[in-house]
Amino acid sequence: MTVEIRLPTLLRVHASGSATVSAESGTVGTAFAEMTDLHPGLSGQLVDSSGTLHRFVNVYVNDDDIRYLESLDTPTADGDVVSILPAVAGG
Amino acid sequence: MSGFALPLVRFSVSQHRTIIGHCYSELPNEACGLLLGPAVGGDDLHDGEPTGAIADVVTTRNEAASARLYAIHGQDYGTARKAARESGNRIVGCFHSHTHTDAYPSPTDVEAAIHNPNWLYAIVSLRAETPMLHVFRMQSGNIAECQVVLEAR
Repeated sequence: MTVEIRLPTLLRVHASGSATVSAESGTVGTAFAEMTDLHPGLSGQLVDSSGTLHRFVNVYVNDDDIRYLESLDTPTADGDVVSILPAVAGG
Repeated sequence: MSGFALPLVRFSVSQHRTIIGHCYSELPNEACGLLLGPAVGGDDLHDGEPTGAIADVVTTRNEAASARLYAIHGQDYGTARKAARESGNRIVGCFHSHTHTDAYPSPTDVEAAIHNPNWLYAIVSLRAETPMLHVFRMQSGNIAECQVVLEAR
């Protein structure tokens, strides 16, 4: 019962160069916790000290933005793909 | 000199109309959207090198709802990414408007482009009576402009 977390290029350096990380299904938050246990360098890259997702990061379960679901409490099922993408913004 | 490729960017007349119309409809705020098209290489997270052909223009909501900033709505981005995948395309760029300044990347634009260095960045200026659309590539702080053609397709 695993999910695949896909990392953007800029974060791969914190995951020993890996593009993907596997984690147990559960919620996005539990998957991220498992991933940061494995790759401590990712800690703080996705979630701030208060446990909120950084605003410059978008996280999708399949193609759904978790900000419009249950954020880090969004459930994941076996085979889901959790994609992390930099938010697209500018001035 | 920048070392990156500058493809000829090919919009249809109706895609151009969609972009300009969206930019006006979002006034007084900046408007934004995504460009879909073929690309060489890349993967599901990393859009490859655009060929310059634009297959589709997707207008999106501006989460920043600001006259000075834009932030493409996260769900609109996810939906467009799915549409690109299903049509055999990639996200090859984005567009946004400058309501009172020229169609040239702002320092914020250059900084933000680090996240998607392969993209084409279309900027529409609404400063003058006639809207101006220019397309840029930005890599490592370098800015270069692409030529744009409008095709009657």
